[in-house]
Amino acid sequence: MTGPDLRTDAAAPRPLGALYAGNARSVMLRGWQATRSTNWLVVVSGFFEPIFYLLSMGLGLGSLVGTITTESGQEVAYAAFIAPALLAVAAMNGAIYDSTWNVFFKMQFAKLYEGMLSTSLGPLDVALGEISLALLRGALYATGFLVVMQSLGLNLSWWALLALPAVLLIAFGFASVGMAVTSFMKTFQQMDWITFLLLPMFLFSATFYPLSVYPQPVQFVIQTLPLWHGVELVRGLTTGQVNLGMLWHVLYYLVMILLGLVFTTRRLRTLFLD
Amino acid sequence: MIVAENLVKKYKEFAAVDGVSFEVAAGESFGLLGPNGAGKSTTMRMVGAVSTRTAGSLSILGMDPDRHGPEIRSRLGVVPQADNLDTELRVRENLLVYGRYFGLPRAQVARRADELLEFAQLTDKAKSKVDALSGGMKRRLTIARALINDPSILLLDEPTTGLDPQARHILWDRLFRLKEQGTTLLLTTHYMDEAEQLCDRLVVVDKGVIMAEGAPVELIRRYSSREVLELRFGSDLNAEVAGRIAGMGDRIEVLPDRILIYSENGESELVRIVEAGLTPITSLVRRSSLEDVFLRLTGRTLIE
Repeated sequence: MTGPDLRTDAAAPRPLGALYAGNARSVMLRGWQATRSTNWLVVVSGFFEPIFYLLSMGLGLGSLVGTITTESGQEVAYAAFIAPALLAVAAMNGAIYDSTWNVFFKMQFAKLYEGMLSTSLGPLDVALGEISLALLRGALYATGFLVVMQSLGLNLSWWALLALPAVLLIAFGFASVGMAVTSFMKTFQQMDWITFLLLPMFLFSATFYPLSVYPQPVQFVIQTLPLWHGVELVRGLTTGQVNLGMLWHVLYYLVMILLGLVFTTRRLRTLFLD
Repeated sequence: MIVAENLVKKYKEFAAVDGVSFEVAAGESFGLLGPNGAGKSTTMRMVGAVSTRTAGSLSILGMDPDRHGPEIRSRLGVVPQADNLDTELRVRENLLVYGRYFGLPRAQVARRADELLEFAQLTDKAKSKVDALSGGMKRRLTIARALINDPSILLLDEPTTGLDPQARHILWDRLFRLKEQGTTLLLTTHYMDEAEQLCDRLVVVDKGVIMAEGAPVELIRRYSSREVLELRFGSDLNAEVAGRIAGMGDRIEVLPDRILIYSENGESELVRIVEAGLTPITSLVRRSSLEDVFLRLTGRTLIE
């Protein structure tokens, strides 16, 4: 096995050959194992956060507000109005936590990806594995929250069943963009910017009141943000106000997922396989 | 196993590796010896198929890493310079999870993990947290991890840097066993004794270029004398004394802290020094080492 082999190296590389080994599962298994042995408490805490919001704002504040009129003109109880929004937020938070702070730590300090990428894994395996894990956590939170909603009578239609896949889509979008953004971060200060941007998005994306309270220009800005699309999509489903226009929200997330994956994979390749 | 021809790696204008050529045969233990910043780790990363070359050709196990990165990596074991063990997992889990990255079946990985824990003398630490291990144990775990896929070539980047002498000897013993079993080793080091113990053949690298190539003994014979007399007169006097002893031995090197006299017989040189009326603070006669080879080739010491 010396010189001549170099030139008889004729096998054509597979299109994704250097990027993907089809083994994202092993990255997910690693995450599952790590969660089991060290950080399961963090996972549990994320589950209760949106439920606390629902109880305090939905039931507490809701007793003062009474009913509220949605964009489509439907009268619903205040709790039923904010519950789908909180569901979307829960999916977002679960996905964001895993794909930003967790990924940041693994990349900068634990050198976890360096180790992974010196095996036969490709950057797309790592990206997909980590994002799927974030997604799984988002799904877990969402399922729990949907059960709580159901038991409080806040699901107004059978369409609510579709809220679960919708929430997965939202989590996938945030996880994939979150990881892409994080892969460019170098310091803790930069990471804080993510938190700084997420908070206003959480508060103002028609989460707690209809979009119509804003003047037109502000409405336009809100409508460009990802969370608004998520909130509208889930709210349409749990309140049963389903229309074709909701496909736009789905499309928005599909684009997010794709862009996030492309950037993450590229970035991981530049960082670890230069 | 490895054929590198005129390998170049440039970062913008700076050439970290500047036209390096070498070959490693199956079962051989090959070393890259050089100071920090010589381009050793960069070369290792290219051989490890995690860094693309700027120019030159490289064949690992008969494949080009630019086109067959994952296939090549699946047959390599990598021990990086800084430990990158998974601190969120326990000792044995580290091996299990790593084996799964290669897509190996669970049962096979579990069996192999137990064998390797035995080999790394970590069986009783199987359930420990990684952070609770000593530096030497972490290193042995990293090596065990690198062996999980039964690699054809094991790449070791400064395997014993930062370890205490005892831990180094345990590690060398383990690596020597691998060598005896016929594992092909490629290692970088800036320790002469390590290179002399472990390498069948090595290249001396400096500033991205190969300065010399050969077996350790051969290099010492070619570039140095049999013995070396090390003298210390105190930092102020070394330079002044150097003038008075010019011509002694085969060759003299004056370093800031000591003077080295290369000779076939160190003791007789020392006698001549004393006869000349000079009284060094300390004197030491030792055999030539790769350190002397490096000094001869580059005019600098390895660890500065």
